Amino acid sequence: MRGVISRLNLRQRTITRIILSIIVLIGIVSSGLLIDADRLSIDLEMKNSAPSLEHLFGTDWLGRDMLARTLKGLTLSMSVGLLAAFFSTGIALFLALLASWNKRMDQFVTWLIDLFLSVPHIVLLILISFALGGGFNGVVIGLALTHWPSLTRLLRAEMLQIKSAEYVGISHRLGKSRLWIARHHIFPHLIPQLFIGFILLFPHAILHEAAITFLGFGLSTEQPAIGVILSESMRYLSTGLWWLAFFPGLSLLIMVALFDLLGKNLQTLLDPFHGQKR
Amino acid sequence: MHYTQIARYILKKTIKLATLLIAVSILSFTLISYSPIDPVHSYIGADMTRVGPEQREAIAEYWGLNDPPVQQYLNWGKNVLQGDLGTSLLYRSPVADTIAERFLASLALMGLAWILSGIFGFLLGILAGMKEGTWVDRLIKGYCFTLASTPAFWVGLLLLMLFSVWLGWFPVGLGSPAGVLAEDISFIERLRHLALPALTLSIAGVANVALHTRQKLIEVLESDYVRFAKAKGENGFTLVWNHALRNIALPAISLHFASFGELFGGAVLAEQVFSYPGLGQAVVQAGLGGDVPLLLGIVLFSTIFVFIGNFIADLLYKVIDPRIRKVDI
Repeated sequence: MRGVISRLNLRQRTITRIILSIIVLIGIVSSGLLIDADRLSIDLEMKNSAPSLEHLFGTDWLGRDMLARTLKGLTLSMSVGLLAAFFSTGIALFLALLASWNKRMDQFVTWLIDLFLSVPHIVLLILISFALGGGFNGVVIGLALTHWPSLTRLLRAEMLQIKSAEYVGISHRLGKSRLWIARHHIFPHLIPQLFIGFILLFPHAILHEAAITFLGFGLSTEQPAIGVILSESMRYLSTGLWWLAFFPGLSLLIMVALFDLLGKNLQTLLDPFHGQKR
Repeated sequence: MHYTQIARYILKKTIKLATLLIAVSILSFTLISYSPIDPVHSYIGADMTRVGPEQREAIAEYWGLNDPPVQQYLNWGKNVLQGDLGTSLLYRSPVADTIAERFLASLALMGLAWILSGIFGFLLGILAGMKEGTWVDRLIKGYCFTLASTPAFWVGLLLLMLFSVWLGWFPVGLGSPAGVLAEDISFIERLRHLALPALTLSIAGVANVALHTRQKLIEVLESDYVRFAKAKGENGFTLVWNHALRNIALPAISLHFASFGELFGGAVLAEQVFSYPGLGQAVVQAGLGGDVPLLLGIVLFSTIFVFIGNFIADLLYKVIDPRIRKVDI
C-alpha cells in the first residue's frame, strides 16, 4: 500500500485524497438518510448498554442506538453547515464585489469586517440566536451572518490584486465597461477561491453549530443533533456512561477533519499558486 | 521621542474603540428588539398567573418598553454613559457588579489557560520548526491540525470523564466546593477546580501559536545570517537561542494577544461543561433566560476585551519591534 502511494505524484495523490474523502462523506450522509425511524426507537430493555457488536456505539438511557442517532446528527449538522456555508459565501462574494466598486465602499466593507470580528464569535451567535428565538432558522441565519468576514477579506485581497493587473488596465483603456471587466476578468479568477472558501467554511460552521446547540441556543432537543447528544450525555457522565459522549464527538471530529482535508486538497488542485505553499 | 505621534496614535485608537462600541451596541440593540422573547414575561417567570395584565403593563411602562426602539436605545445609552448598565433580571443585582464578579473568575481561568497555551504552543512550534520534516514535526503538525477540527467542549467532556469520574483526581465541576463558605475555601481548592477547565481551554489554544511559530522559525533558519552562524559552527538549541528566538517571539506573542476573541469563546464552552461560575456561563444564562440588560452588558464588555487584546498586539508590533519603531507609528 505504501509503495503504491509513494509512486503516485502530488496531483494523483491529491485527487485520491479528494475522492476518498468525498466517498466517506457521501457514506455518512446516505446512511444518515437511509436509517429508518425504528432504529431510533425507544427500547427500554436495552437501555444503558455498553458498546457491543449489535450496538457499536452503545445505547442511551432510553435504549436508543447511539450509532443511528450519531449518523442522524451528522447528517443534520451537514445540512445546517451546507445552508450556512452557502449563504455565507454569497454574502462574502457580494461584499467583495461591493468593495471593488470604489474607495468609500471598500472602507465600508473593511469597517464591517472589523465590526463583526470585534465581538467574540460565540457571543455574536448567542445574540443572533436570541434575536430569532433559537431553533433551526436561528442557527442557520446566525452561522450565515457570522462566517463571511475571513472569506470576504481573502476575496477582497484577491480582487485588489487582479484589478491592478496590467491586462485589466489595458481592458479598461480599450473602453470596456466595469461590469464587463468584472464579468470577464475578475469573476473567473474568483470562482476557485469561492468554491474552496465554501468547502473550508464547512468545518467552522459545523463546529459552531455543535457548540451553539450544546449551549442550548440551537436546534431543539427533540432533534438528534450532535450538540444535543453531547449536552444530554453530560447528565450521565458521572454514572460512567462514557460512550454517550465519546463516539458522537469522535464522529463529529472525523467529519470535520474530512471536510478540512477535502478543502485543502481541492485548494492544491484548483489553486496551485496558493495551495502548494506550505 | 515623538510625543505628538504617540498622542495621535492613542487618540486614533480611542476614537476607533468609541465608534466600535456605538456600532456594536446599535447592532445588538436592534437584534434584541426583534427578539420574540418578551422581557416582561421572562422577568416574571413562573409567577405569570399571579401577575395581572395591568401590573404587566405597569412593568412595561416602568422599563419604557412602550417607547419607540430609538428612544429606548437613547435612554439606555444615556444610562450606560453614566455608568449604569441596568439591573440583571436573573441575578437581581446591577449588571456592572455581576460582570465584575464573574469576570474575576473567568480571568483566572482564561489567564491560566492563555499563559499555558502560549508557553506550550511556542515550545512545540520551536521543536517542530527545528526538526522540520522529521516524525517529530509531523506528529506536532498532525496534532495541531486535528485540534482545529476538534470541538473544544468535547475535549472538556473527555477530560471530565477521565480525570474526575474515572480517576477521581479533580472535582466534577463548579468554581469552589459546595456548602463551604467563600472565605473558608483554600487557594489549593480553587486551583483544583480551575485545573480541568483551564486545561481544556489551553489544549485548544496551542495549535495556532505552534503552527505560526513553526512557520516563522523555518523562515528564519533559511536566512543568510543563520547560514553564517552555522558556518561558524553553531547548531541546535544554542543557534536558536542566539539567533532565532527573539525574532520569532514577538510575532508569536502578538498573535497570542490577538486571539482574545477565541479565548473568550472557548471559555464560554469550557465554563458550560464544568459549571464554572464565570462570565461565559453568565452570558449563556442571560441568553437562555431573556436577561436583556446582562446580555447587552456582556456583549459590550467582551468587545472591549477583544479590543484590548488586539490593541496590545498592535502595540507590540509598533512600539517594541525596533525595525518598525524607526519608521514611524
